[in-house]
Amino acid sequence: MKKPYLRAKSAFSIDEYPDSASFTAGYLTTSNGGWRSLRPRPDASKCVMCGQCYLHCPDGTIYLDDATGSYAVDLDFCKGCGICARICKPRAIAMIPESAV
Amino acid sequence: MSGREFLSGNDAFAIGVCLARPRVISAYPITPQTVVVERLSEMAENGSLDVDFIHVESEHSALSCAIGASAAGVRTFTATSSQGLLYMAECLPYASGGRFPIVMMNANRSIALPWNIYGDQSDSLSQLASGWIQAYAQDAQEALDLALMSFYIAEHPKVSTPYMVNLDGFHLTHTYEVVDIPDDSLADEFLPPYRTDAGIDFNAPKNMAFSAGPGHNAAFKYRQHAAMLRVRDVVTEAEARFAGIFGRRYSGLTEAYMTGDADYIIVTLGAVSGLCRDAADALRARGVKAGVLRIRYMRPFPGDEIARELRGAKAAAVLEKDISVGNAGAVFTETAGVTDTPLSNYIGGLGGEDIAEADILEIFDDLRAGRGGVRFLGIKERIDEESR
Amino acid sequence: MVQVLWRGRGGQGAFTAARMLGAAYISGGGGRFALAFPSFGPERRGAPMSAFTKLSGAPIHARNEIRAPDFTVYLDGTLFTAPSETGVTLVNSPHPVKGAVTVDAWRIAADHKLPTPNTAMLGALAALLDEIAPEETERGVASVLPPRLLARNLDAVSAAREELRSRGPLPRERSEVLP
Repeated sequence: MKKPYLRAKSAFSIDEYPDSASFTAGYLTTSNGGWRSLRPRPDASKCVMCGQCYLHCPDGTIYLDDATGSYAVDLDFCKGCGICARICKPRAIAMIPESAV
Repeated sequence: MSGREFLSGNDAFAIGVCLARPRVISAYPITPQTVVVERLSEMAENGSLDVDFIHVESEHSALSCAIGASAAGVRTFTATSSQGLLYMAECLPYASGGRFPIVMMNANRSIALPWNIYGDQSDSLSQLASGWIQAYAQDAQEALDLALMSFYIAEHPKVSTPYMVNLDGFHLTHTYEVVDIPDDSLADEFLPPYRTDAGIDFNAPKNMAFSAGPGHNAAFKYRQHAAMLRVRDVVTEAEARFAGIFGRRYSGLTEAYMTGDADYIIVTLGAVSGLCRDAADALRARGVKAGVLRIRYMRPFPGDEIARELRGAKAAAVLEKDISVGNAGAVFTETAGVTDTPLSNYIGGLGGEDIAEADILEIFDDLRAGRGGVRFLGIKERIDEESR
Repeated sequence: MVQVLWRGRGGQGAFTAARMLGAAYISGGGGRFALAFPSFGPERRGAPMSAFTKLSGAPIHARNEIRAPDFTVYLDGTLFTAPSETGVTLVNSPHPVKGAVTVDAWRIAADHKLPTPNTAMLGALAALLDEIAPEETERGVASVLPPRLLARNLDAVSAAREELRSRGPLPRERSEVLP
């Protein structure tokens, strides 16, 4: 499955709107990332690929990165709630202060 | 099953749906629609229709499931009536705003209170603003034919809008009459399988049924409105195609009967139209220039057709089976907005009340005498006189 | 147009008979049209109800109830109070009824081990109706009933029809029954 990503375009002419309420993902939305004070940082060496973080993320921001084969976080939409880190049994996700990044 | 059969409107409609080969049906039974759901459920059970039939626990769920199925990109059908339509009212604009081309059969029935299971048009006419195409059949043959045409029109790329086919409860749903059932292969020729780019595709993820704030909302509604207005042309296209294949011709958003030179015209919709035409025939035989304009589609509203057909008439009356309490019938209100011909309103058939030919002749008498206003058939008192 | 008003109680098969009559008539060819419908609404076993059949050689547009029937058929004699003001009235009764044609449909039904008088009354009506040939009536009954019930019902139709035919000339007009 291809991961949706944030599109830069936000203004449309009337002809560019879809004839449905179904639209290529990533438009008509804005980044939430700036709201975050902590960010999750997955450690692939500890990850057992159980997928619990993917299932529990309330914003659906965790995805399997095709390039690395590991779980990653879409930081455009992650709000830093930390549920992924809490649910992770092998403690493969650390919450890092944004100020330290 | 094909050929000439003696069937109820519900039976005929179910056969029409079967010929359209939907992939998902989700529905909840309610009088007087029940037979449609029963027949389709039997067809799913005995394998004559290859469909996933979802037995839901309510009408709200029936339309929600239909929306989900349609969003996944398959041809979808549901059916309801009266309280059921109102119970799914929240989902109606979801389906139309999402541009999911679901077809729904609605058996027109009174709405409570007083509780009543008989036919009138209060249910669907209360939902004119829901964004659905609305058609009204006058007999079982037209019901079957609309079952096929509705999918063609709803799914047309220029339209992509849900479609509600209305059958007058009992007067159409439970009346047996001669119906010509088309051959499967002709139905397939008329209605190709549903294809859409809007379905779920894991390699091209989409946001579905999303929110659109103040900056974008009007654009979606504008496009939805524009698509509804395109229905007029697509109806013309569908009916020409239908006539070419099946030999039966329909007349677009309205059907005019002797309106060309008519002095007095009744505008109406649904199963009572035939009785109005018989009454017009009787009056013509006596030298009175009477005509009937049947509204086949309430959405999109046939304003141009109505204005054209009523032009030149001395007076016209709208006969409808609903009342928007505190104003007038919904069809009257919309008709009054497009014509300068003096127009009166007759509310009849409420809660299944039988409308007799004498009632129709009385309406024509009133038109000739210049009596106007909003009147209830069967009630001699008049609100406007009472309130003075 | 021929208009038939059926009067019966829920469960006696009046609407089924109304449908059979319509199906019988249209089986005679493409130029024949029919409507059949019940008095609308919830049905309750034993409650008085009506059903309607309209037959015509042209498409039928009026879907309203029949006000001036050509034939009024009482499947249940206890519902009968007076002959219809229009047309011929046919009553299920073992005794003569003033102003009406009678047939003992309960007896005919019992003779054929049937729980309802509807097909016997249909047979009696068919005897009065020149418009419908016996084989058309049979096709109408067959199009509605499941095969396992067909033979006994067709026999009841024939028995009632023959019983009326054996009485000599049958009335078509109200004046032939009432002075």
